[in-house]
Amino acid sequence: MTTELWARLQFAFTISFHYIYPPLSIGLGIILVIMEGMYLKTGNKMYEVMTKFWVKIFALTFAMGVATGIVMEFEFGTNWATYSRFVGDIFGSALAAEGIFAFFLESGFLAILLFGWNRVGKKTHFFATCMVSLGSMMSAVWIVVANSWQQTPAGYRLVNNGGVIRAEITDFWGMVFNPSSVERLSHTLGGAFLAGAFLVISVSAYYLIKKRHEEIAKAGLKIALLVALFASLFQLFTGHSSASGVAVNQPAKLAAMEAHYDSLSPGDLYMFGWVNETDKKVYGIAIPGMLSFLIHGDPTVPIRGLDSFPKDEIPPVNVTFQTYHLMVAIGFSLIGLTLISIFLWWRGKLFTSVLWLKILVVSVLLPQIANQIGWYTAEIGRQPWIVYGLLKTSDGLSKTVTSEHIIFSLILFTLIYAGLFVVFLYLLDKKIKHGPEAKTKELDFSENLRMTE
Amino acid sequence: MEFSFDINTIWFVLIGVLLAGYGILDGFDLGVGSLHLLTKSDLDRRILLNSIGPVWDGNEVWLVTGGGALFAAFPDVYATAFSGFYIPFMLLLFMLIFRAISIEVRSKEEGKRWRAFWDRAFSIASMAIAMLIGVTIGNIIQGVPIGKDKELYITVFEMLNPYALLVGMTTLAAFMMHGSIYLAMKTDGELQKQVRGWINNSTIFFVICYATATMATLIYIPHMVTPFRAHPEFFLLAFLNMMAIANIPRETQRGKDFFAFLSSSAAILSLMALFAVGLFPNFLVSSISPEYNLTIYNAASSETTLEIMLTMAAFGIPFVIAYTISIYWVFRGKVKLDNMSY
Repeated sequence: MTTELWARLQFAFTISFHYIYPPLSIGLGIILVIMEGMYLKTGNKMYEVMTKFWVKIFALTFAMGVATGIVMEFEFGTNWATYSRFVGDIFGSALAAEGIFAFFLESGFLAILLFGWNRVGKKTHFFATCMVSLGSMMSAVWIVVANSWQQTPAGYRLVNNGGVIRAEITDFWGMVFNPSSVERLSHTLGGAFLAGAFLVISVSAYYLIKKRHEEIAKAGLKIALLVALFASLFQLFTGHSSASGVAVNQPAKLAAMEAHYDSLSPGDLYMFGWVNETDKKVYGIAIPGMLSFLIHGDPTVPIRGLDSFPKDEIPPVNVTFQTYHLMVAIGFSLIGLTLISIFLWWRGKLFTSVLWLKILVVSVLLPQIANQIGWYTAEIGRQPWIVYGLLKTSDGLSKTVTSEHIIFSLILFTLIYAGLFVVFLYLLDKKIKHGPEAKTKELDFSENLRMTE
Repeated sequence: MEFSFDINTIWFVLIGVLLAGYGILDGFDLGVGSLHLLTKSDLDRRILLNSIGPVWDGNEVWLVTGGGALFAAFPDVYATAFSGFYIPFMLLLFMLIFRAISIEVRSKEEGKRWRAFWDRAFSIASMAIAMLIGVTIGNIIQGVPIGKDKELYITVFEMLNPYALLVGMTTLAAFMMHGSIYLAMKTDGELQKQVRGWINNSTIFFVICYATATMATLIYIPHMVTPFRAHPEFFLLAFLNMMAIANIPRETQRGKDFFAFLSSSAAILSLMALFAVGLFPNFLVSSISPEYNLTIYNAASSETTLEIMLTMAAFGIPFVIAYTISIYWVFRGKVKLDNMSY
């Protein structure tokens, strides 16, 4: 394997592992705001117990997100130094903004959210919870802006800087609101809300099956279902606008998503299929002309196909196709799951139909998978470019880093992340099995008295 | 050298401030981690852990933001240093991950072996991070083989030279001293007595390392001394640094732990300032030829970016300072464990 492949493999591995956690933090963050808001509004202790329970889960996902997130910020420099020199002006600014506007906000107020229950008033605590949630979303804003610039560069010019070409900002807001920022950000946030909502749905369903903490489980399930309803329908719109944006800004990616080769014919929309990249054929079931209809409102308009791109500017087609279709399929199943659950709730059957609750328990995996493979579509579909149309991935590597270096770090990452994941699942499982506590547990340290005296 | 206070200089200073902020803030919690195994009982260890519980994560953000700011303001420095120091930076990342997870999970299980394992992981990772930061600083002070292509080729063995190890040791000692002083504010009773012993020992350890490192710098690394010869007024920094260090035992003996903490913070800040003055206007000094030094001009972003970022910093930093102060205010006083503690 080449250095490029090792570097890509390491980045893919570390970013995929990292991306398990931030969507959970963003989604749980907004749910915590609702839960604690309910507590403040109703004064019902049950909401307080519920909030404290979910804060503990949140703390765990947040810690994992932070621990694996620092890696990402370092990796641009360690493995993609040439890319970093090329985009520092722009990408670096977004990362720095994330630090100043998101991370400080998040980590500062997180301290109060986690440890401040007895140190600040209820309203201040609620304010801290809101700020943590806001911070987690701000972080998504800046990182998606940075990534969107890689997809659809804008507000820059290319400058020769001492013999090396690089991109420099000409218009900051043009860079921030590049053509794909808004739709990609909203789609990312929607996915994160779903990840958080379905975690709460899953755990609540588990308690209902086990007939434990039923009051909290029912209330939690209702809150999460409403969030899921909003988010899953929201994803329909943001998904559609994202795909329409891709059609305009990254035609090669759109063609790969539907494996559309022939530029003279209208685009079909596949339900599922398999792409044979050598004879450029798709075996599967498609709605003829539907892609053209969705994008141009007319099923007969031809769509630019992969045949119109030079051979070395075509992304891997089948992977892009498969990840995209699976994401869409999961998106629709999440809408279905949510609507059926709400229907059952309305009929008063949701909390007792064990079979359906069991389905909800496993449903937690769906948004996770969709979030991961949705990003695979976005990132693999952008290949061979690291900055679309400007810099190829193979030209972005660090010149001083060899395959041996990367193999060394990749082995260590694999070992550490495997261990981390086991610890994460173990503790998550333990916290869930332990469940919310109705009353504050007395400390079993007699020595602790001396501390408070 | 002629000195003009332009936007590149402002960014050099700002990045220095962010990294010094990291040194002061994460410095004490890395110090607490390095001292962690000196306590034996589970309760004491939990008190140590919870003394940094609400703040360690925010402290690390200073490093993350410093890294982001370096990327944005001086992309060539970011790219050259991060790729050139690949192995040590990867090890730094692993240690940061290990440490974060140790703090998070250590008290989530009752088992003795579980806690013993994570206690060790926490402490070893804290020491390793301090050493790795110090070794990297040591290499930057000495100068590193950067070529015409702005790329840095160095092996791990070249990095682990005696001078760099000495700076690594000095950094560890400084953090231990700083951490033990922080702990004096956060503990009381028997544990506090024990902590006061650590302050003494670690201050002596630090002074020895620091004096040796300073001598080595004066003898072997002339380019760090030149700026002081040209601008003798910067000697004031060295003087302030000495005063701050000397003030530590004085305040500790009077029981004014907070002032002792301010003193050791001032000592770290002035050390960073001395380091920055010695380097200026370079970020990375090339040991091959001074022509290849990465300076605040040849490694910078466009002026537009530096200006935009300065506006952002002007908006953001007051908020950052406000949160930081209010968090430390909310969690002031001795550690109290409750059911949300680590």
